[in-house]
Amino acid sequence: MSHFSPTAAVNYFFNYFLMKGVLVTIGLTVAAVVGGLILGMGIALMRMSSNPVLSGFSRLYVWFFRGTPLLIQLVVIYSGLPQLGIKFSVITCALVGLILNEAAYLAEIVRSGFMAVSAGQREAAWALSLSPWVTFHRVTLPQAFRLMIPPLGNSINSLLKATSLASVISVEELMRRSDMLMQEHFQILEVYAAATAYYLILTSVWDAVQRRLEKHFGRSSAAKSRRVAARAPVAQANVEARA
Amino acid sequence: MSEISMNTASAAEGTMAQPQLREVPAVRMEAVYKHYGDFTALNEVDLKVAKGEKIVVCGPSGSGKSTLIRCINHIEKHDEGLIYVNGIELDHQRKNIDAVRRDTGMVFQSFNLFPHMTVLENCVLAPMTVSSMSRAEAKDLAMHFLTKVRIPDQAEKFPGQLSGGQQQRVAIARALCMRPKIMLFDEPTSALDPEMVKEVLETMKKLAEEGMTMLCVTHEMGFAREVADRIVFMNEGKAVEQAAPEEFFKNPKSERARTFLDQIIH
Repeated sequence: MSHFSPTAAVNYFFNYFLMKGVLVTIGLTVAAVVGGLILGMGIALMRMSSNPVLSGFSRLYVWFFRGTPLLIQLVVIYSGLPQLGIKFSVITCALVGLILNEAAYLAEIVRSGFMAVSAGQREAAWALSLSPWVTFHRVTLPQAFRLMIPPLGNSINSLLKATSLASVISVEELMRRSDMLMQEHFQILEVYAAATAYYLILTSVWDAVQRRLEKHFGRSSAAKSRRVAARAPVAQANVEARA
Repeated sequence: MSEISMNTASAAEGTMAQPQLREVPAVRMEAVYKHYGDFTALNEVDLKVAKGEKIVVCGPSGSGKSTLIRCINHIEKHDEGLIYVNGIELDHQRKNIDAVRRDTGMVFQSFNLFPHMTVLENCVLAPMTVSSMSRAEAKDLAMHFLTKVRIPDQAEKFPGQLSGGQQQRVAIARALCMRPKIMLFDEPTSALDPEMVKEVLETMKKLAEEGMTMLCVTHEMGFAREVADRIVFMNEGKAVEQAAPEEFFKNPKSERARTFLDQIIH
């Protein structure tokens, strides 16, 4: 086995066992994004609230989950919590860890998106006596969301790859199943070539989706006036590496 | 809400053509203070505006002009003193703030149109969500005012596709769609290229001729001379002088107003 066998790599790529791992990876990513966005939105709203307890809690949350490796968070949830009598299934552990972690990143993205919407927009809404709800979902949210898409895309891209850490707590996603195949057949390069190809395909598909989203939500802003554009600094990307 | 619905449309053109001096003034401010930290933006300001009156507020930058009119619809909270708008006291209670904001329209220096909505959507949003109008009704109303500001053909465009002057006229139409009794203008032409100032001022003049109560912060002294019933000159948070335009321009009482006029009238 002193050479690389492309045929074997292709075979692994079409391996049913590995493909099921890809589905688990996709499932983990989608669930973590949805859960993370909901939780992250809540954390962001708390952070922007004038209540010091809420904003303090939100700050602490983001500080903790962004300040510790996802790997430790997963291991603590999976192996540490049972010591306190708290036990979840493997997949639940992975989801809880990924969602809690992702929410911290997304909260910051959501917050920066809202902060980048100019104060004048809110003032115009007040002057028109729009209700707080209408102001939020018709005026600020759509504008903030447009600004959130690029950093959101980055975060989801790194989340997709971060799901591989769930392999450590024995979730049978793409990485774990690659390991299992590798240990069975010892064709290290061939197996990981197939896995790498899958990760590249997934991230490329996501890139394409993100571009579509940017185009869709940017359709009115392409013609945005110079003034308004100059007033809305681009939301800061949160592209720090995890794990 | 009902009192500002459809019937005021005809009122705007008809009965309000002359300034009416009833007992309840449009705006009454008594000893109003506003502080930003150590900075006093408004320093014991008294101001009374009769219904139908047109006021131009001028003064050097940082003198509190914008703060003054932004307090009238509670976009800024005043710290001390009393403000009544159409007899409603602005006492920081939600209910009263909402009532005052429904009676007032505001036009901003930077337009503040909603960039993700078309011109028409900008105009119908408040009538539909605040006054619970149907889309058809709101659209008719919006087209009425867009015609008035002479840009009905731009209704389906996004604000970013319009010139500054057009955007500001949309902003005026958007505010008028809520049938305000008082219009507040916060330096409406300061962000415009010079060749677009006129079209906005013309729109404002038309509004003035129809009897709208107006408070304008502006450096357009030609407009002030022509349209204003009274000029309020502000300096260091105080309403230093209040006088009819001829009087103010001919012999300003304070030294500060004199130097101000020397600097802006070339």
